[in-house]
Amino acid sequence: MLLGASGAGKSTLLLALAGLLDPANAGEAEGSLTIDGLHPRDARDRTGLVLQDPEAQLVMAHAGDDVAFGPENRAVPPEAIWPLVDAALAAVGFPYERDRRTDRLSGGEQQRLAFAGVLALSPRLLLLDEPTANLDPTGAGLVRQALTAVQQATGATTILVEHRIAEALPMVDRVVVLEANADVLADGPPAEIFSRHGDRLAEAGVWVPNHALSNRRVEAHPSVTAAELTQRPDRSSGDALLIAADVGFRHRGAPEPAVCQVSTTLRAGEALAVVGPNGSGKSTLATMLAGLVAPTTGTVKATRKLAGGFAATPPHRWHAAALADRIGMVFQDPEHQFLTERVRDELAFGPTRRGAAASEVRRRVDALLDRLHLIHLADANPFTLSGGEKRRLSVATALTTEPAVLVLDEPTFGQDRRTWLEIVDLLANHRDAGGAVLAVTHDQAVVSSLANRVLTLDRGHTADSAGVAR
Amino acid sequence: MVLDVHTVAVPTGRLARANPTAKLAACLLLGLGAALSDDALTPAVLLAFVVLALAVGGIRITHVLRRGWPLLVSAAGLGATTLLFGDSPTPGLTALTVTIRVLAVALPGVVVLLTIDPTDLADSLVQNARVPARFAYASLAALRLLPLLALEWRTIKMARRARGVDAGRNPIRHAQLFAGTVFTLLVGAVRRATRIALAMDARGFDAAGPRTVARPQVIRPSDVALIAGAVALIAVAVAVSIAFGTFRPIWA
Repeated sequence: MLLGASGAGKSTLLLALAGLLDPANAGEAEGSLTIDGLHPRDARDRTGLVLQDPEAQLVMAHAGDDVAFGPENRAVPPEAIWPLVDAALAAVGFPYERDRRTDRLSGGEQQRLAFAGVLALSPRLLLLDEPTANLDPTGAGLVRQALTAVQQATGATTILVEHRIAEALPMVDRVVVLEANADVLADGPPAEIFSRHGDRLAEAGVWVPNHALSNRRVEAHPSVTAAELTQRPDRSSGDALLIAADVGFRHRGAPEPAVCQVSTTLRAGEALAVVGPNGSGKSTLATMLAGLVAPTTGTVKATRKLAGGFAATPPHRWHAAALADRIGMVFQDPEHQFLTERVRDELAFGPTRRGAAASEVRRRVDALLDRLHLIHLADANPFTLSGGEKRRLSVATALTTEPAVLVLDEPTFGQDRRTWLEIVDLLANHRDAGGAVLAVTHDQAVVSSLANRVLTLDRGHTADSAGVAR
Repeated sequence: MVLDVHTVAVPTGRLARANPTAKLAACLLLGLGAALSDDALTPAVLLAFVVLALAVGGIRITHVLRRGWPLLVSAAGLGATTLLFGDSPTPGLTALTVTIRVLAVALPGVVVLLTIDPTDLADSLVQNARVPARFAYASLAALRLLPLLALEWRTIKMARRARGVDAGRNPIRHAQLFAGTVFTLLVGAVRRATRIALAMDARGFDAAGPRTVARPQVIRPSDVALIAGAVALIAVAVAVSIAFGTFRPIWA
């Protein structure tokens, strides 16, 4: 397992091992890299690479054709291809026939198919770049099972880059830690590495197993620890801000509604976590509550406390400026929300639109940049930031218009520990200042460290709605 | 966009099983034949034969109509426009000619689109028409990403509204907003395309050596007959038109 903070060069090293780094693009290349004594480019038929995003790895429309794609490229004799495909699909536990359409698969199934595509090439070196980062817990579990099966079947050496270490650890027997200046910080068996370097790794953003989040003092509340913050009061008496009554949504032409008769009230000072498996309607529910999608049945109503004069009309009918001032939404992909070419402008956009004085805007932007550790990137283009930096920026931009309600779709997906803590801090602050937070999440740690209440969706229906028992 | 062969064609029908390259060639020939003549009779004869051939070849005409109705509407619309605003001495005949020509040119194309699976087409073009594999399969991968782009477009529009940006009734703001959304969509598309190209190369797509095929596509005698049939149809249509003295090629 290859560990290190964001930007330490883990993914670059994997691409180099896969022989996919283009020397023409290199500013500087030094040292040597050999696989079985060969240059990685000449050892390509011995390596297999699986990346994070399942959508970006499947080439063909049908599962079997996709697995056959690699063997075709390697000029495997035609009569040998299909037996190879069937064996690879069986090895990863792919549950469908060869002609299954790849766009009808869940993320976890697509990722298992990507494994099969690599396995069909019988690699001796497997390179995995966060293969479970984009998956829900169930999908991630299935992919890890498939990986274990592949390792046993092929005996291939595996190099794994992973943020969430605890779950992957059972299949790891050696850990190498990289530092940002590309030195090797540590190299050895997992137990030894984590006991000797645990604190330093955690500080650098690595999710070290058993390194409790509560050990850390929370920035915004110097006097309390995160553990104390999780002792959350019942907020059922707070002022109601948003009321969903029997809301439902059916996509045009879909046989079943994506969301069906969900009722809930979002109150000031509370954080509501919406959980459930992929495809259970969580994101659709969030966009309806955020006033971005009109429900097809039922109503979403804003109270006078939230909306004043706008309370007479449902949020999806408000003009965008009125909406952003009252309900903010942070999307899964931060890039979808960027509007300007500089980080500083991105943060200034909301306050300027609301008519704040230039000096006041500058003061607030500087404070936010400082708080988010983005001050050195103030003039950078938002599209060029790292994943964690983009995520922090997108949450902050939603907060700049001071909406009472903040809706977030998977705010901590694929984030390292440091970004995770910063985001949870921001959200906890918003909640404790009397705002409301609704977060769609797979992340159990978000639920237990932030939520007052959990709403579980299953195939569009409310499965249960309960306070977080702690 | 789901192109599902089996809703349009009887799966065992002759046209459904025909080689995609042969089908594409026949369709191009028929379209060219219909476009080359400026009279009503040549495309009318062609159109009649094509409809007949579809029925014999196992294509469900009702399904084609269900999918291809916009074609009918636009052909009729063109005819109506010619009838109302044209300056021809015989407006009725000219309108009819326009309608029939549009249908005769487009119908084979629509049927080809509806009855060829994109994967089969790529396989066949590579194997039978010597189209470079790199081009064919990269296009196929791109085609697979199209529905994702449509989804992403909607998401970006929502995400911008959430930032407090909408155009209201201002047309200039509409244009600016549209341009911004296109930019974000393109950034995402380029990024995704780069990643998919990387994943394809990791599985040996950029290898210089020979490639094998898992799904062989062969040109059978029946496929040659299909192309020959298309040429024969054009010949018959032109002959009929000449016999009736109406034939008028567009270059005359």
